[in-house]
Amino acid sequence: MRSVASTVLTLVLFATYLGIGALAHDSHFSLGWALASTLLVWAGPAQIILISTLGSGATVVQAAIAVTVSAIRLFPMVVSVMPMMRTPQTRRRHLVLVAHLTAVTLWVECFRFLPHVPRERRIAFIHGLGSGLVCVCLVATAIGYGLAASLSQLFAAAILMLTPLAFLFSTARNCREAADFVALGLGLALFPLATMLNSGIDILVSGVSAGTIAYGVHWWREQQ
Amino acid sequence: MSDFIGDWHALLILLIAGVIPNQIWRMLGLWFGGSLDEGSELLVWVRAVATAILAGVIAQILVQPAGALASIPDWLRYAAVAAGFAAFVATGRSTLAGVASGELLMLAGKWWLG
Repeated sequence: MRSVASTVLTLVLFATYLGIGALAHDSHFSLGWALASTLLVWAGPAQIILISTLGSGATVVQAAIAVTVSAIRLFPMVVSVMPMMRTPQTRRRHLVLVAHLTAVTLWVECFRFLPHVPRERRIAFIHGLGSGLVCVCLVATAIGYGLAASLSQLFAAAILMLTPLAFLFSTARNCREAADFVALGLGLALFPLATMLNSGIDILVSGVSAGTIAYGVHWWREQQ
Repeated sequence: MSDFIGDWHALLILLIAGVIPNQIWRMLGLWFGGSLDEGSELLVWVRAVATAILAGVIAQILVQPAGALASIPDWLRYAAVAAGFAAFVATGRSTLAGVASGELLMLAGKWWLG
């Protein structure tokens, strides 16, 4: 629990989910629906995309495609977390909840906290940290839903700005070798270029190319 | 209770358009990551791609803002990120300093613009 309280990201998450609750209210979803989306989807950008596309009258299929493109990032995140959690006795079903709880915040915090946690306790640690974060966000969703009518435009903009700032600096803090900085910097820089291709999967195009170049840097430095 | 849940049709849409398209990637990650070695080169690449995709999500929110964030001029959003980054570096990588400075600059700029 102390880890939940001590992370700046928890505050940011709280504010982000206030925004999601308010967005759900303004798009005429029920409170139960908003809470279910926080619990079952558990990915801020995916929820914002889901609510705003459905709210703007898109079809279910269009919304599903928009959500799934934004969720591709979860695949490499889960893949990179799994080996940190495994012991020779671990069965795959023990890791299902860990996979569900993995989102940007937890992913970032794994690299910060897990080196200090004994390997056999890591699954329990992540279950605790992740469920704590989910509870905080459920409360925030409900408060945001209730407050929706009284939020000003400027406050709403400030909440939406929290996500990119917090994602950027928390990831930058975990950068250790040159390849990490290259992946982050190039990933930012290549996205505007990728949007010019109008492929509909811009993030995937810029992410895979920037990530591969960063891996090239890593490989080249290893050879030296 | 029915007010709280709303209609069941909306929950079905949540499942089809929200939960499944999202969870499929986590479960693929679980299936794939379960058999990967911690020190493997493939994992270094996967981690780099994850970081770069996240950077793309950040860039998308800044370049193509949604909702209320679109009411902030482009230059002010980029200036806020630059100010946050300067504070982040100056404080020896403090996430809090970076986020707070970026937000403050954006709010101050918007207030100044009126």
